[in-house]
Amino acid sequence: MPDVLVLVDHDGERVHKSTYELLSAARRLGNPAAVVVGTPGTAARLAESLARYGATTVHAAESTDAAEFLATPAVDALQLAVREASPAAVLVSATADGNEVAGRLAARLDAGLLIDAVDLDSSGVATQIVFGGSYTVRSQVTQGVPVITVRPGAFETEERPGQAVQRTLALPTADPAASARITARGAALTGDRPGLTEASVVVSGGRGVGGAVGFKVVEELADALGGAVGASRAAVDAGYYPHHFQVGQTGKSVSPQLYVALGISGAIQHLAGMQTSKTIVAVNKDPEAPILGLADYAVVGDLFAVAPQLTQEVAARRAAG
Amino acid sequence: MNIVVLVKQVPDTGAERTLSAGDHTLDREGADLVLDEINERAAEEALRLKESSDAEVTVVSMGPDSALDAIRKVLAMGADRAIHICDDRLHGADVVTTAKVLAAAVRTVEDVDLVLAGDATTDGQASAVPAIVADLLGLPQLTHARELDVDGGRVRAERETDSGWATLEASLPALASVTEKINEPRYPSFKGIMAAKKKSVETVDLDDLFPDADDAGVRVTRTRVMEAVPRPARAAGIRVTDDGSAGRQLIEHLIALKLL
Repeated sequence: MPDVLVLVDHDGERVHKSTYELLSAARRLGNPAAVVVGTPGTAARLAESLARYGATTVHAAESTDAAEFLATPAVDALQLAVREASPAAVLVSATADGNEVAGRLAARLDAGLLIDAVDLDSSGVATQIVFGGSYTVRSQVTQGVPVITVRPGAFETEERPGQAVQRTLALPTADPAASARITARGAALTGDRPGLTEASVVVSGGRGVGGAVGFKVVEELADALGGAVGASRAAVDAGYYPHHFQVGQTGKSVSPQLYVALGISGAIQHLAGMQTSKTIVAVNKDPEAPILGLADYAVVGDLFAVAPQLTQEVAARRAAG
Repeated sequence: MNIVVLVKQVPDTGAERTLSAGDHTLDREGADLVLDEINERAAEEALRLKESSDAEVTVVSMGPDSALDAIRKVLAMGADRAIHICDDRLHGADVVTTAKVLAAAVRTVEDVDLVLAGDATTDGQASAVPAIVADLLGLPQLTHARELDVDGGRVRAERETDSGWATLEASLPALASVTEKINEPRYPSFKGIMAAKKKSVETVDLDDLFPDADDAGVRVTRTRVMEAVPRPARAAGIRVTDDGSAGRQLIEHLIALKLL
């Protein structure tokens, strides 16, 4: 069976869950081979976890530049690994960084690129959901090594304890004229709450929340449910909540197990960002609000009465164990 | 300073978007086409730099005849000139081809210091084109910038993505893509709209960009769409009118669905 290269997401110490998902996806096409791009010593720290989730090879592309320059070291490493392993495919997480790395790699290889696959079959056909959930598309790469980015959360992680062969890739020295230097970095600005795109519960507020102060009700319900807070574009434009939390076509696309829409009318722009959520609950005073027509559970009512009651009930159940 | 700004005309996100049954590409006939709103902010950023550093701003756009409307809008906002890549052979172009064509068009502009783009367009959302263009041109990528400073041959950006933020630095020439957060784009003035009519728009096709093209120059896609199925609209579920107990009813429902 041919190798399938997986670019490892990590923080230097730990492998991110999205990588284990990529290893599961890779197994459908061949032998998962992990590519670790990091500072010297990183691959040795991560190898055991990668082998436990099914990596049969761990390629170490290590240099001090790796953490200092944006994207380029990962593109260089994958290009080297492709040359060495002649893989059946290259899989990368469909994150901002991953899509950029995958795109640059595909261009260098003059190969086909598929972005944001939610499923993958053994012949390399990828399923994508486009236009904010309005179409399911199945596509295949027809030229070169398929480079595919996979949506985090789309595949289950699977333990497959085994040994991994270690290999070294000689990463070229970064050229500062062709790469941006990272001079500072930090975590996402989500506070104690989970990030919007990875949260399994998202509670969003819209213009119906009435103001920045009113968002407290949204936050309290999100916290009771252990979820993230989102906002509609109307709420963001009105200055009720920061732009970073906008759910919708020009904001973030979310696909949680549970999406609770409070005081959101359901403009197409917003629906495009959340209609692939598993279960949708909507609370709106206006019985004509479009979102009520596609919610699994629609409440016509005042969010300031319904949401706090729900928050209280959740807290009470949690307290009761 | 020479700035190139990459823009795209896209279907309005406020309207329904469909794929044509024949080749699974966007149905432009049925769509309300507008200048992509994140690209519009890239144009605004270019114009702000023009005002503070006396730059020349060239707009580059790939698309059918209708894309001229998007180009004219950026010219009306204050850009100096434009290159419109218009070629029927590019219908349905994939991400890699789009980036190769845009990079080739940027190469026709002399002494480019900065290439600007939106970090995503609302139709594709691959967010990969700017990074690929940077790679093809051998430029540092400062992508997903919510803040951008250009000073003394250096560019600094505050990058923001779902996974966090980073400060990026590079020397010019460089490529930057901006997020929706970076600025508020200006409206073209009447004077700007009138002036735009006199500005030069150079129309080029693939043979202009790839004069000795082997087929790589005109290869449109390296992928094949086998099937595109509209997803069924979500059906309405349970509907209740709050009588003072909706929150309590809702929790029973969520427990039944094992969501709590």
